[in-house]
Amino acid sequence: MPEEVAITLDGRQVKAKKGEMLIAAAERAGTYIPRFCYHPRMEPVGMCRMCLVEIKGPRGFSLSPACYVPVAEGMEVVTDSAPVKKAQDGVLEFLLVNHPLDCPVCDKGGECPLQDQTMAYGPGETRFVEEKRHWDKPVPLSPLVLIDRERCIQCARCTRFAEEVAGDAGIDFASRSDSTEVAIYPGQPFVSNFSGNIVQICPVGALLAKPYRFKARPWDLEQVESTCTYCAVGCRVAVQSSSEQVVRFIGVDSDPVNWGWLCDKGRFGFEALNSPERLARPLVRRPAPEPGGLVQATWAEALTEVVGRVSGVPGERIGVLGGSRLANEDAYAWAKFARTVLRTDNVDAQLGDGLPGDLVAGLPRATIDQVCDASLIITMAPDIKEELPVLYLRLRHAAVAKGVPVIEISPVPTGLSSRATQSLHYRPGELTSLVRALCGGGPITNDVAGIPADQVEHARAAIAAATGDDTGQSPDGAGPDGAGPDGALRGPRVAVVVGRASLAEPAIATTEAARLLAGLPGVSFLPALRRSNVHGAIDLGLSPGLLPGRVGLEEGRQWYEHHWRAPLPGAAGLDALGMLARAAAGQLDVLFLLGADPLSDCPDTQLAAQALEGARFVVAIDTFSTPSVARADVVLPAAMYTERRGSFTNLESRITWLGQKVTAPGSARPDWMIAVELASRLGSSLGAGSLEELWAEIQAVSPLHRGVPQALLVSRQGRNGVVVPLSLETPAPGLTDVPPPLDPMADPGITSAELHPAAPVSLSVADPGVGRGNAPADGLAAPSRLGLGPSGPAVTSPAPLPMPAPGDGRGAGGDGSALRLVASRPMWDAGALLQRSPSLAGLHPPLALRLNPGDLARLGDGPVGEVKVSSRRGSVVVPAVADARVVPGSAVLPFNLPGGGAGTLIDASAAYTELMVEVVSAL
Amino acid sequence: MTAVETPGPKGGPKIVTSRFGFPHSWTLPSYLDHGGYQGLRRALAMTPEEVHQATLGSSILGRGGAGFDAGRKWGMLRKAEPVYLVVNGDESEPATFKDHALLEGDPHQLIEGSVICAYAVGAAQVFIFVRGEMALAQERLQAALNEAYEYGAVGANILGSGFSVDIVVHPGAGAYICGEETALLESLEGKRGFPRIKPPYYPAAIGLYGAPTVVNNVETLSNLPWIMCNGNEAFFALGDGRSRGTKILALSGHVRRPGNYEIEFAKVSFRELIYDPALGAGVRHGRELKAFIPGGVSSPWFGPQHLDISLANEAIAQAGSMAGSGAVTVMDETTCVVRAVWRITRFFHRESCGQCTPCREGSGWIEKVMRRIEDGQGREADLDLLMDVCDNIVPGVSWPPAQTTICVLGPSIPSSVASGIRMFRDEFMEHIRLGHCPFPPDRSRESPAYA
Repeated sequence: MPEEVAITLDGRQVKAKKGEMLIAAAERAGTYIPRFCYHPRMEPVGMCRMCLVEIKGPRGFSLSPACYVPVAEGMEVVTDSAPVKKAQDGVLEFLLVNHPLDCPVCDKGGECPLQDQTMAYGPGETRFVEEKRHWDKPVPLSPLVLIDRERCIQCARCTRFAEEVAGDAGIDFASRSDSTEVAIYPGQPFVSNFSGNIVQICPVGALLAKPYRFKARPWDLEQVESTCTYCAVGCRVAVQSSSEQVVRFIGVDSDPVNWGWLCDKGRFGFEALNSPERLARPLVRRPAPEPGGLVQATWAEALTEVVGRVSGVPGERIGVLGGSRLANEDAYAWAKFARTVLRTDNVDAQLGDGLPGDLVAGLPRATIDQVCDASLIITMAPDIKEELPVLYLRLRHAAVAKGVPVIEISPVPTGLSSRATQSLHYRPGELTSLVRALCGGGPITNDVAGIPADQVEHARAAIAAATGDDTGQSPDGAGPDGAGPDGALRGPRVAVVVGRASLAEPAIATTEAARLLAGLPGVSFLPALRRSNVHGAIDLGLSPGLLPGRVGLEEGRQWYEHHWRAPLPGAAGLDALGMLARAAAGQLDVLFLLGADPLSDCPDTQLAAQALEGARFVVAIDTFSTPSVARADVVLPAAMYTERRGSFTNLESRITWLGQKVTAPGSARPDWMIAVELASRLGSSLGAGSLEELWAEIQAVSPLHRGVPQALLVSRQGRNGVVVPLSLETPAPGLTDVPPPLDPMADPGITSAELHPAAPVSLSVADPGVGRGNAPADGLAAPSRLGLGPSGPAVTSPAPLPMPAPGDGRGAGGDGSALRLVASRPMWDAGALLQRSPSLAGLHPPLALRLNPGDLARLGDGPVGEVKVSSRRGSVVVPAVADARVVPGSAVLPFNLPGGGAGTLIDASAAYTELMVEVVSAL
Repeated sequence: MTAVETPGPKGGPKIVTSRFGFPHSWTLPSYLDHGGYQGLRRALAMTPEEVHQATLGSSILGRGGAGFDAGRKWGMLRKAEPVYLVVNGDESEPATFKDHALLEGDPHQLIEGSVICAYAVGAAQVFIFVRGEMALAQERLQAALNEAYEYGAVGANILGSGFSVDIVVHPGAGAYICGEETALLESLEGKRGFPRIKPPYYPAAIGLYGAPTVVNNVETLSNLPWIMCNGNEAFFALGDGRSRGTKILALSGHVRRPGNYEIEFAKVSFRELIYDPALGAGVRHGRELKAFIPGGVSSPWFGPQHLDISLANEAIAQAGSMAGSGAVTVMDETTCVVRAVWRITRFFHRESCGQCTPCREGSGWIEKVMRRIEDGQGREADLDLLMDVCDNIVPGVSWPPAQTTICVLGPSIPSSVASGIRMFRDEFMEHIRLGHCPFPPDRSRESPAYA
């Protein structure tokens, strides 16, 4: 509990937190002090002078800015005196001296802090009769953001965001005086994955987002609060629409998650919703009149076709692939449908591009806040700046502002490398040996995974110091369970962000490494699976061998057979790669693609192609005609986010509510409805006919989801979501705990009907469950969730993939030109939604193989142009570029870019993918 | 700049300009011939604390404009490593040119003073920030620094004392605002020259790279060798009240003998400075004195009735202005006050750093209105408007200013505007009534060369 001080605010006695700025203290006490430059998530600069108030000093009251004066005991403050009023009049008049009065054609008009505060605090008229400043306008700062410099009021919000928050200091002030302008460096556009945030926090219409410019007027907008589903971070957003079209996303400040920030992909990716290419009606492949063509059908025709082909097929010959796009309720419905109606455990929300579901389910978990409060952060993950962008902002803040040390373990440098205290760039395929060395004892004498022994030793010492390995006590005196000497719960000592660093290495390597780290005391994990609601899908049973609530198939068999009133499949099913292999071998009769595009997203695209060829009947439930959908026999159109309600689970296991703002195109419908309908047509029943009933059932049967009523999720109190399972550390939010908006100037003031005060439900951690129908019958105890660790219940790992002996760095040809592939996933790729978002489709980096300059030089004499890159699986011809950041011996190729990528090269069964590179053309 | 007029102070010794007349006064041989580096030797024979005490005893006020006691400033240092000494040589205000002369005429004296200060405060690194436009000063200072390293007065184990300090000369990039000490520190750190928000008020707590830092003016430090050689009592014996020692006054404008004059502090009046044959020698052509600016263009103006005020910080402050850095500008009866005020506001408009709103927008607005009045397009209401805009930059047009702006550049703008309107309202009104400037366009531009 922070120390409190008492201040006198306009004659009232008010409590404030010691050290906080006066402007924030006053706001919590109900006194809004006008401001432009102040932003609670950034350092104060005191530039606009709008927040002048009178503070009593030794010489009486005098004007002082409230944004950078910290409160002090006994401070006397007046915010409404004549001198304050005159100062506010004065500053607003000054701000309008050079500000054009073009509000009628300005995007910001109607929601403009300058307009609003001029009305509330300004003089009402100007005495300025001179010529205003003129600039060319608008000019682009980046591909997504334009600047109208005439409107700029030089508050430094954008420049501070770029430098302080994003670390992409590509914009700064140029020139002086009233010619001061926000500018890019000459010839260098502002490149940032987060550029849209500067538009949102701009207090005037100076910064304009290309996708929204001139699209709508604020008073025409309707909005609903929701969660961005582009990746697994789960940023809170306001979805805004005009004329039944989503036109803008605004970041909502969720304190435990996104702090109001969004990445450009999440912010502008809504464009795909409005794409004319959206699947709007069911399609069925008809032999005639056009052989092999998909033709439009009614839902009844399409579902009848599916039922006809699925009926009687034994469960082990059916596969359900995908599900990360689905909301939690959809995932539960499909998990139940697969097990009880299709009678198969061949379900996998991932496409061999993530981590085994049982590993993710069993890891001891940390929230983002806990990671950022850890003594040491280890990232054993892909480039978080590209894959989970807003998590990168949080980690960067922890490293930069809080000084938390970060050890990065990855095959190539990432966006976080410059902020890491140590970067261990291992040779692809040798992650396990590196982590074994880090967790082991004894002297390290030789290089490990290509990393010098002293570096490994150094990192090992840092980890040992943070875990308190020697004494069993961490440096801060916390015990092994993270509790301090006073019994207070603390964050983990070591937090590991774990994900697949490269798709060219198998998940088993990361799995082994995670298990080794989990064996150290005081270590917890934040899984960095990136795909949308993949964590919700795993938690709700869309993973082989896992039932809803992170319960193993055998552990939960009795419980779920009782509640689902149906026998469960006899044994754990296949994962995605297993299903694809089975399909490729012609042993799978029916393949459901739940928003899955294995041709684009499975690391082994050749295997995916053979599988789609080999499966007898493919049903795709999707939103766009992806390459895989184009090969399906029946296509069922699904509703996307913003078009349906439901709940979402982020990588912390934080459940938030997805709001609906617009109607899905055509007859597209939510995925849960399709499962319910199919079950019914197959002569069965899922026992729930609405989102509400589905959630009530989830709460009743899933041990993970107890005590989280839907009424809480849709309430204002549930805005920040609920981390499951509820515990003392992560209780459900209190009913009176409504955080005020942090930045009222940028907060859109959500007033949607979707959000309402929570119903008066009792929330108790000890409560075995809230909801109906959860009384364990016949003395049946609810199954416990999976654990992980040396002493915990063992987790069945998927069949280990063959692990070839570490290579000798020489290629098959023996000429030393063999390199190990790192398949990276840039933020801008060939993703189906991105490519249907006109503003974003062209932002991807050029497809090129990045090599260490030394390796590139060895390829041939003179500058190298294009190279032919071959692996055992296939080959591609791409340009080669030198990149000194790439470790010698490695070669980086993006996984899925327009025009190709690493997918055709990856051998998913090998410890690493070895490449032969030959020069095709000189530069 | 050897052509500086340097008659001795009335009845007192010359301290900082004593070597200006010697040939090649900026070189090491000349400096050593005239007592150079003797102060440093004395200082190094004392403990740092004794040097600090001697400086405190001399009571020397900072010569950069604010007039803060230098010894006290050093005493405010947070005692932590590292400590930096930054020398403010960014003298950029119109009509201020004393540091310019010191840098060009006697750079070794500054180097010696800097090492003495570094020794006293325990600094291991000195940065001398020199205004970007002072090319010759930079050249001579750098040459002198090279000589001083060679001689052993700078660098490792200075003059065998075991004390080491490095000095770096940093050329500014041409911004007046970088004379503000926190903007100077930002610029030195490689950032844009924006003054820092206060608190922290003093770089002594958080200065360069966040470390405790002493920022002193060129003239202040140039006094230290003399104080070390002659004792702080000898320095304190000069001057009166809080204003001790000598002060260089940069006299400019419509006087017969403009230049730098080192005079005993608090012992000379403005009348003597302007009219004494050994000093300003009177207004050019024997004309009438119309007004004068006592402490640089940031300070409120004085008129003939203020001539007998003593050139002391306290006396000038008591009369409603400030001594500033000691730049006195004389205007004779042919001066168009409107034009003079406009030129000064134009300077501030161009040099406002753009950080805070009142200064950024107010400076330009005032300049535009002043220009309009000078061009004959003024309205009577403009005078009230100007005063109110000034009041919105700094409430009460008062000194010291409230924190309506981050630094004092903004509050400097109203000085000349308010003085002009207060003292010469009729002249403003005449511009407005006539619809043009009543003065011939070229007369007030006469240079002393034609006198």
